Amino acid sequence: MDNLLSIVTFLPALAALILALFLRGGDKAADRNAKWLSLIATSATFVISLFILAQFDRTNTGFQMVESADWLLGLQYKLGVDGISVLFVMLTTFIMPLVIAASWHIDTRVKEYMIAFLLLETLMLGVFMALDLVLFYLFFEAGLIPMFLIIGIWGGANRIYASFKFFLYTFLGSVLMLVAMVAMATNAGTTDIPTLMLHDFSSETISVLGLPVVGGLQTMMFLAFFASFAVKMPMWPVHTWLPDAHVQAPTAGSVVLASILLKMGGYGFLRFSLPMFPVGADVLTPLVLWMSAIAIVYTSLVALVQEDMKKLIAYSSVAHMGYVTMGIFAGNQQGIDGAIFQMLSHGFISGALFLCVGVIYDRMHTRDIDAYGGLVNRMPAYALIFMFFTMANVGLPGTSGFVGEFLTLMGIFQANTWVAAFATSGVILSAAYALWLYRRVVMGDLIKESLRSITDMTRREKAIFAPLVVMTIWMGVYPAPILDRIGPSVAALVSEYDTALAAAHSATQVAGNAAPAAAEH
Amino acid sequence: MESLILFGPLFGSIIAGFGWRLIGERGAMWITTGLLFMACAFSWILFLTFDGLTYKVEIFRWIESGTLSTDWAIRMDRLTAIMLIVITTVSALVHLYSFGYMDHDPQWREGEVYKPRFFAYLSFFTFAMLMLVTSDNLVQMFFGWEGVGVASYLLIGFYYRKPSANAAAIKAFVVNRVGDFGFALGIFGLFYLVDSINFDDVFAASPDLAQTQLAFLWTEWNAANLIAFLLFVGAMGKSAQLFLHTWLPDAMEGPTPVSALIHAATMVTAGVFLVCRMSPLMEYAPEATAFITFMGASTAFVAATIGLVQNDIKRVIAYSTMSQLGYMFVAAGVGVYSVAMFHLLTHAFFKAMLFLGAGSVIHAMHHEQDMRNYGALRKRIPYTFWAMMIGTLAITGVGIPLTHIGFAGYLSKDAVIESAWAGTQGGYAFWMLVVAALFTSFYSWRLMFLTFYGEARGDRHTHEHAHESPKVMLIPLGVLALGAIFSGMIWYNSFFGDHASVNRFFGIPAHAAEAAEGHAEVADAGHAEDAVSTTEGAAAHGEEAVADSHAQAAVADDSHAVIGGQAPQGAIYMGAENTVMDDAHHAPVWVKVSPFVAMIIGFAVAYLFYIVNPMLPRRLAESQQPLYQFLLNKWYFDEIYDFVFIRSAKAIGRIFWKRGDGDVIDGSLNGVAMGLVPYITRLAGRAQNGYIFTYAFAMVVGIAVLVTWMTFVGVE
Repeated sequence: MDNLLSIVTFLPALAALILALFLRGGDKAADRNAKWLSLIATSATFVISLFILAQFDRTNTGFQMVESADWLLGLQYKLGVDGISVLFVMLTTFIMPLVIAASWHIDTRVKEYMIAFLLLETLMLGVFMALDLVLFYLFFEAGLIPMFLIIGIWGGANRIYASFKFFLYTFLGSVLMLVAMVAMATNAGTTDIPTLMLHDFSSETISVLGLPVVGGLQTMMFLAFFASFAVKMPMWPVHTWLPDAHVQAPTAGSVVLASILLKMGGYGFLRFSLPMFPVGADVLTPLVLWMSAIAIVYTSLVALVQEDMKKLIAYSSVAHMGYVTMGIFAGNQQGIDGAIFQMLSHGFISGALFLCVGVIYDRMHTRDIDAYGGLVNRMPAYALIFMFFTMANVGLPGTSGFVGEFLTLMGIFQANTWVAAFATSGVILSAAYALWLYRRVVMGDLIKESLRSITDMTRREKAIFAPLVVMTIWMGVYPAPILDRIGPSVAALVSEYDTALAAAHSATQVAGNAAPAAAEH
Repeated sequence: MESLILFGPLFGSIIAGFGWRLIGERGAMWITTGLLFMACAFSWILFLTFDGLTYKVEIFRWIESGTLSTDWAIRMDRLTAIMLIVITTVSALVHLYSFGYMDHDPQWREGEVYKPRFFAYLSFFTFAMLMLVTSDNLVQMFFGWEGVGVASYLLIGFYYRKPSANAAAIKAFVVNRVGDFGFALGIFGLFYLVDSINFDDVFAASPDLAQTQLAFLWTEWNAANLIAFLLFVGAMGKSAQLFLHTWLPDAMEGPTPVSALIHAATMVTAGVFLVCRMSPLMEYAPEATAFITFMGASTAFVAATIGLVQNDIKRVIAYSTMSQLGYMFVAAGVGVYSVAMFHLLTHAFFKAMLFLGAGSVIHAMHHEQDMRNYGALRKRIPYTFWAMMIGTLAITGVGIPLTHIGFAGYLSKDAVIESAWAGTQGGYAFWMLVVAALFTSFYSWRLMFLTFYGEARGDRHTHEHAHESPKVMLIPLGVLALGAIFSGMIWYNSFFGDHASVNRFFGIPAHAAEAAEGHAEVADAGHAEDAVSTTEGAAAHGEEAVADSHAQAAVADDSHAVIGGQAPQGAIYMGAENTVMDDAHHAPVWVKVSPFVAMIIGFAVAYLFYIVNPMLPRRLAESQQPLYQFLLNKWYFDEIYDFVFIRSAKAIGRIFWKRGDGDVIDGSLNGVAMGLVPYITRLAGRAQNGYIFTYAFAMVVGIAVLVTWMTFVGVE
C-alpha cells in the first residue's frame, strides 16, 4: 500500500461524503444509520492506521511512507510521518471511534453532526501528516471550521459567545502564522517542509522600528508561528478561550478538543519552531519557559476555585499543556520525549475526564459541582473510573500521566532550576484541585433529592472507557514501546537543534570579533 | 520467590476488588489474607536465609529516554529483607485482625458490601509498599512512594460518607505531595548530576557529588548536601516530620487496622527507609544529615508534648508514632543507620500492637474513642489489657539498665539515644530525645491508666456491654506481643552490636582482606591508605581517618568500597570518619541510664496524676490554661496552615480567575475586538444560527484567497 497515509487521512472524509450525498430523511432509522456508518468508518480508519504503526521503522529518524504528488497551482501534495508525528496519528484514529460512540444519544441534526466529526478527523490527521507548508496550513485552519460548528450548533446555552471567542483567538494567531509562511516561502523558495527544516534562515540581528531584534528573521518568524501555536496549546495568557469553549461544547466536542486539537500546538512547535528557527527559539526560550511555569501554577490555582466541572478540567488541561511547552523548550531529550508523551497521555486522560463529566451531565443536565455529591452511593463503577482518571490526571506513577510529567520536569531541571521548582509545585496543586473535585462530586452521603434515582454507567459507557483505561495503565507501566518510537526522531531533532545553535553562536562570535562595534550596535 | 512476595498482594487485591461478586465476600477476604500469609512466610524464609549479599531481579523495562534508563526490578539486600518481614508480617496480621474488626461496622448500612473493598485496598497498599522497598532505582521507589500515598488516601477516606474522613484523606495526599515535591526535585537533581538514578550509580558517584557544586535556584550549593536535603523533604512528608506532620493525626479517621498497618508500622517509616537506603549519599552530606538530626529531634519532642494532652486514644498513639519516627531520623541523621532500622523494626511490632489493641478497646466500647469515657476496662477485656500492657512496656522502654535484657523498645530506643549522644556530643538531639522519652512514658501510662484503671466513666450502657474481641483479633495481638518482647533482644547484636556482627548482617565486607579481592596487599588499615591513594584518587575521603585506631576494620572496608568509583557493598554504608556507633557503645553510664530514668519519672508522674490523685490533671490544666490550650490545639499548626496556605491559595485562585482571566485578559481582548463584538451580537440577534455558516463560509473563502495569493507571490 503505497498511499496508506492518504487512505487513512481521507477515509473519514469519504464517509462524510457518503453521508452527505446518500443519506436521506431525518427519521430515527436515518439517524441510526448515520451513527453506525460513522462508527464503522472511524473504526476502519483506526484499524488501517495500525498498518502505519506496523510499517513504521523506528530506527529511521527521517520521514517515512512519504507520498508526494503534484497538486493544483503548482503546489505539492505531500504526506509523511516520523517518530514525532506517527503517534499523534494513532492517537487521533484511536480517539475518534470512542468519540462517535460517546455521541450515541445525540438526536438533533445527527447527519450534520457526524459529518462534522468525520471531516474533523480528516483535517486533524492531515495536520499531523502534511509535509507541505500550504497543505499544513489548509488542514490546520480548516480544522477550525468543523469545531466551530460543533460548538456553535450542538453546544450549550452560551455557545455563540464561546464559539466566537474560540474563533477570534485562533484566527488572530493564524493570520500572523500566515504572514510568516509567506515570508518563509519567499525566503527559501519552497514550501516543502523537509527542505525547510534544513534551510538556514537568517539569524542576524535586525532592527524593527528602531529596536534591535536578536536572532533577526528567525526570531520574527518564531514569534509569528508562536502566536498561532500558543493559542492552540493554549498557553497562558491566551488560554481563556479554552474554558469557555469546553463548557459550551458538547461532550464529544470537548473530548476532541482536549485530546487532539490541543496537541496541534505542541506538534507545531516540534515540527516548525524548533527545527526551522533554532536561533529564534533559543532567544525566546526563557519567555516560553516562564509562560509555561506561570501557566502551571496560575491555572492550577484557578482550577482550585472553579464551580463548573468542565471549567475545572479545562483549566487543568491548560496546566498540563504547560508541562508540554516547558518540556519542548527545555530542548533536551528527556524534555521533548516527555512533552510528546505528555501530549499523548493527556489525550487519553483528559478525554476520559470530559467523558466522565459527560456521563453525569447526560443524567442531570448540569455541570455545577454543587449539584452533585455522594454519587459513589449510587454509581460505584463511575466512582471507580472517575477515581482512576483523577489519579492519572494528578500524575500518579503507574499511569501514563506520570511518565510525561516526570520526563518534562527532568528535562527542565537540566535547563532551568527555577522553572523546574516552580513547575514541580504544580504537582501539589493538581492533587489539591483534582481530589477536591472528586470529593465534592463523588464522596459523601447522597443527600440531594435530585440524585436519588441516578443510575450507574451503562454497558456502552463502560465500553467507551475500557480502552482508555487500558491505554493509561499500559503507557504508565510499560512505556518503552512508545518511547522507543519517539526517541530516535527526538534525538535527531535535539542534535540538529544543538548543532544549529552552536553554529549560530560561533558565527556571532566571529562576527563579534571582526566588528565589535557592529555587534554592539 | 521475590516476585511471589511482590505480586501476590497485587494479585489478591485485583481478585478481591473486581472478582468478589464471583468468589463472594468471604472468598475475597480469604484470598487476600491467604496470599499475604504466603508472602509473609516467604519473606521470613528469605530474611533468615539471606547471606547479606546484594542481588537483583529484573522484571522489565520502564522509562527510557536518552541516557535515562529505568527498569522495574527487585533489589534484594538486608534493608529490603528487613522491610519485607516488617511489611508482610504486620500486613498479614492486620488482614486477619480485620476479619473481626470490620465485621458489622456501624458506618455501613444493612446489606452494604464493603469488606472486599477494604481488603483489596489493604492488599494494594501492601503491594505498593513492597514496590517501594524492593526498588532498584529512585523512580520505582517513587512509584511505591506515591502508590502507598494513594492507598493511604483510599483507606483514610474509606468511610466515604463521613466528611471528616474525606477531608483527612485529601489532606494526607496533598501534604504528602508537598514532600514529594522535594523528593522529585532531588531525583531530577541526581539525574542531572549523575546521569542515572539507579542506586548503584548514585552511590558510586556520591564521593564526587560531595566535591561538586550545583546551581539551584538563587545560588550554588554543595551537590551532595542539596540532594540529600531534597530527598529528606520527601521523607518528611511521608514520615510526618515537623511541618509536614499535620496529616498523620487526621489520618486516624481511617479504620483502626489501617492506622496500625499504614500509619504506624509501614508507610510512615518509608522516609526512614529512604534515608537509610541513601546512606552512601548521606555520608557525604554532613549539613543535610545535621538537619535531619535536628528535625528528627524536634519532631520527637513536639509530637510528645502534643501527645501529653490528647483525649482520643488513637490520636495519642498517632502522636506517639510521629515522635518515634523522630527518634529513627535522629539515628539515621547521626549516621547510625542500622540503629534507625532497628528502631523501625521494633517499633513496627509494638506500635502495630498498640494500635490493634486500641482497636480492640474501641471495638469493645462500640466505637467510642474518647479516653475520658473509658476507665476500669482491665477486667472486662483482659487479653486486650495485657497486650496493651506489653506494648506500653515496650514503647516506654522497660528493661534492666546496662544489660541487653528488656522489651524491644528498651533496646532500640536506648540505642538511638546513645547514638544521638555520640553523634551530637551530647547536644540538642540527645536532650530532646531524653525529654521525649519522659513524655512518652507519661502519655503511654496515661493512656493505660485512663483506659484500664480507675472508675468507669461515660455511658454506662456501653461499659456494661464491653466485651472481649474475637480470636481473630486477639491472635494478631499475641503474635505482635512476641515481637514487642523479644525482637529487641534477638537482633540487638545484628543492628547495634560490635562491628563484625553488624557488618555481617548488612553484608558490608567484614575484613579488609576478604573484601579486597585482587588487592591482596590491603591486609591492614595502614596499607589501605596506599591502596586508596593509588587507585584513581576516588577515595579521597577515607584517608585522614584511616589512622583513627577507633574503627580500624571499618575504615579499611570503607576506603575499599569507594575504590574505582564502585558503589559500596552492603545494604548500608558508613563513611570512614563515621565512628558514631563505636562512640555510642562507649558512652558514659549516665547517658546509658538516662532514658531509663526518664521513663521512671514519666511513669511516676502519670501514676500520681491518674491513679493517686485524678483531680490533679484538671487543676494543672486550669492553672496553665494557655499552655494547655496550646498543646491541646497541637501548637496551632492546622489553623496557621489553613490561613497561610489553603485560604490564600483559594483567594489567589479567585483573583487570578476573576481579575486575571476575566478583567485583564478577556477585558483587553474585548477591547481589541470592541469594534467587532457589537457587530457580531447584532448579527447573531438577526440571523440566529445562520450566521455561523456565514462565518464558516467566510473563513473558507478567506483561506482560499490567502492561499491563492501566496501561491503566486510566494513560490516563483
